[in-house]
Amino acid sequence: MEVPILKQGAFLIATFQAALSDADLNQLRMGLVQQVVKFRSRAVIVDVTAMDVMDSFASRTLREIAHMIRLRGAETVIVGIQPEVAFAMVQLGLTLEGVATALDLEEGLAYLNEKFKVTN
Amino acid sequence: MISKRDVASVPPESKRNEEPSELLRELVAHLRQNRTQLREEWVVRISETRLLTAMTKEEIFAEALQAYARNLSERIIPRGVETHEVVGIVLLLRDVLARSLFAKYQNDFKKLNRILDAYEPAANRIANTVAVGFVQERERVIRQQQEAIRELSTPVLQVRERLLILPIIGVIDPQRARQLTEQLLRGIRTNRAKVVVIDITGVAAMDVTVANHLVQTVEASRLLGATVIVTGLSPEIAQTLVTIGVDLGKMNTVGDLQGGIEQAERLLGYKVATLAEQS
Repeated sequence: MEVPILKQGAFLIATFQAALSDADLNQLRMGLVQQVVKFRSRAVIVDVTAMDVMDSFASRTLREIAHMIRLRGAETVIVGIQPEVAFAMVQLGLTLEGVATALDLEEGLAYLNEKFKVTN
Repeated sequence: MISKRDVASVPPESKRNEEPSELLRELVAHLRQNRTQLREEWVVRISETRLLTAMTKEEIFAEALQAYARNLSERIIPRGVETHEVVGIVLLLRDVLARSLFAKYQNDFKKLNRILDAYEPAANRIANTVAVGFVQERERVIRQQQEAIRELSTPVLQVRERLLILPIIGVIDPQRARQLTEQLLRGIRTNRAKVVVIDITGVAAMDVTVANHLVQTVEASRLLGATVIVTGLSPEIAQTLVTIGVDLGKMNTVGDLQGGIEQAERLLGYKVATLAEQS
């Protein structure tokens, strides 16, 4: 299932609907990285609230997305990681270091608004 | 008073396991016949030896042996009955019954021997059932209490909007550490916390496993978008954390709880001022 990418002002929002295949994740990565420059977005929010399992591939892809988007001149915030998923990820050593995280979409938007308020 | 499963009716149980012999039937008949008398004798001996003083005579009398184990244990454990008392009364029952057999078959030694062959396994099983039932009940109570203590020992408290405090006191074993993490992560979500202060002033030392777990908890909290401040690390714990090579960039530590809360307030943009300062 393809992940929809929504444009919301200066940000892009990608919401995971359910468990995704590896192909879907790759497609999401390409889509985000292309569109972030196309729409001149300042940040990308990836909402993973619906994911109740996160395997190592998904986790690595999230980190790659974040790093690629930084290289493309924008920032990434991962929001909505479930408590159980968070702890499982940490135990697997997948800590998404260097990637901003927030509790949910609202928090993520608040974080980005706060951050870009100064430069606006 | 005479229930179907009372004291003397238990030996028929043994029929299932052993060959239905003439002997067994005789044994059962004997016990059935004399059960009232035997039971009275049992009760008298229990009273004589001052076992089970927490129970009334009637209660002992009415007790049905098979349901006995669970039922009795549930009621008498809160009254502080000791294991030796419980095992003691069962062994007394065994003695009383055996003696009645001796009395009945004293003239026929061979038969007595075979009767005892049939009687003893059954009697032992009863003793076993009661003892196991008692111990199981006691263990159940202990488990329940442990659960309650654990629940109580890991409070996640909200002190300000979006600020949680998790004071930890006492020894942390891996199980408690897991529970702490679970409660904290859930607390972050339900309270929408941005900053968490974990105070471990009350923890004297922790082993490497638990220290690692603490670090993982800090990282998992970050994935939920919360910043963790750890306060009150003892020198021993600091030593442990250094030994396992914690990445100090990830750990935000402050000397004491007060300092931790002050830093948390700064992170959240609070400014605490006295009334005099405000005016």
